[in-house]
Amino acid sequence: MADPLHVELVAVEQKVWTGEAKMLIARTTEGELGVLPGHAPLLGELADPGTVRIQRDGEEELVYTVNGGFLSVTGRGVTVLAETVELGEPAEAGAH
Amino acid sequence: MAAQLRVLRRRIRSVKSTGKITKAQELIATSRIAKAQERVAAAQPYAHAITGVLTALASGANIEHPLLTPRERVRRAGVLVVTSDRGMCGGYNANVIRTAEQLIARLRSDGIEPVLYVIGRKGVTYYRFRNRDIAESWTGFSEQPAFDDAREAGQTLIDAFNAGADDTDGGFGPDGLPGIDELYAVYTHLASMVSQVPTVTRVAPMEIEETDKPSTGIPPAYEFEPDAASLLDSLLPKYINTRIYAALLDSAASESAARRAAMKAASDNANDIARTLTREMNAARQAAITQEISEIVGGVDALAASGSEE
Repeated sequence: MADPLHVELVAVEQKVWTGEAKMLIARTTEGELGVLPGHAPLLGELADPGTVRIQRDGEEELVYTVNGGFLSVTGRGVTVLAETVELGEPAEAGAH
Repeated sequence: MAAQLRVLRRRIRSVKSTGKITKAQELIATSRIAKAQERVAAAQPYAHAITGVLTALASGANIEHPLLTPRERVRRAGVLVVTSDRGMCGGYNANVIRTAEQLIARLRSDGIEPVLYVIGRKGVTYYRFRNRDIAESWTGFSEQPAFDDAREAGQTLIDAFNAGADDTDGGFGPDGLPGIDELYAVYTHLASMVSQVPTVTRVAPMEIEETDKPSTGIPPAYEFEPDAASLLDSLLPKYINTRIYAALLDSAASESAARRAAMKAASDNANDIARTLTREMNAARQAAITQEISEIVGGVDALAASGSEE
């Protein structure tokens, strides 16, 4: 297994979360997408509002709701850019 | 004499209470500078990331976008002036407005009609008092701007810019909306604690500011989801909003720095005046006492003189 995935979650007003992860799952305007370490470079527009899940080794999964977000995968890791980022599921999906 | 003393005492009291107000303002401004600078720093990661993404997009695709292409014929140009909501900040607003006026004069001499967009109550008051048309204004957040404020202003400006695409010499084109062909922002850059520089930047059509460090190796071949053109469509307005937000944050920090300097000068001045007035008051009091004594002595002498005659 390659190095862990380096994830940066950045909102306009501040950096929200940085760290290493096993996998990042996000939904672009085209569909659900999982990013594992070593993923090919990719630029994607996230659904609005969209959910970003960060799966970590031995730790709880982090779930963020993002508005106006973009996803950028490079050789160095994944960057999620968003206008606003909130911890947790979007309101309507939180009911289940 | 007693009357003069009373007047001096009253003046000292009023100068001292003014000094207390300016001192408090100075302390508030000092703490706000630190906060504003933190906010500038907190907004950096996003600005860097979005610049990186746009650079990647620009190198990975052949891009043509109205927000990137200069218009052949520029008829109207938007000027966004960032001022403060409150005064008591020395020449801060005067400097921004002077720079904006120079820009407007330059645009006019090039045959371009300037369209004013104003942020901050002081700028609005300035232009309203002179009966100048303001296309749109936003107030109430100059000291602590949020991204939502920048987005609101940015949306209006981008709409105006898009509406300017079909303008003709005679009118406003098929959409009938008055638009702009260029957009400038005039804001204050915090060069240092003691130096705030009014700055003009062209926001649209824009050049993407490349990151300083040259990318090493071959740029990665990106996949785009959705395609590059629609990504650009949604990214560019966000980039403009980020630029406006950065200008607002920079101005907010400058405003606090300017206010701190102005209020420090005012407090120092109040202390000086209070000291001079206190000296004057002491001299007046001493003079009154001296006079009283000489009156008593004079009275005693007169009594003694009249007593010896009997």
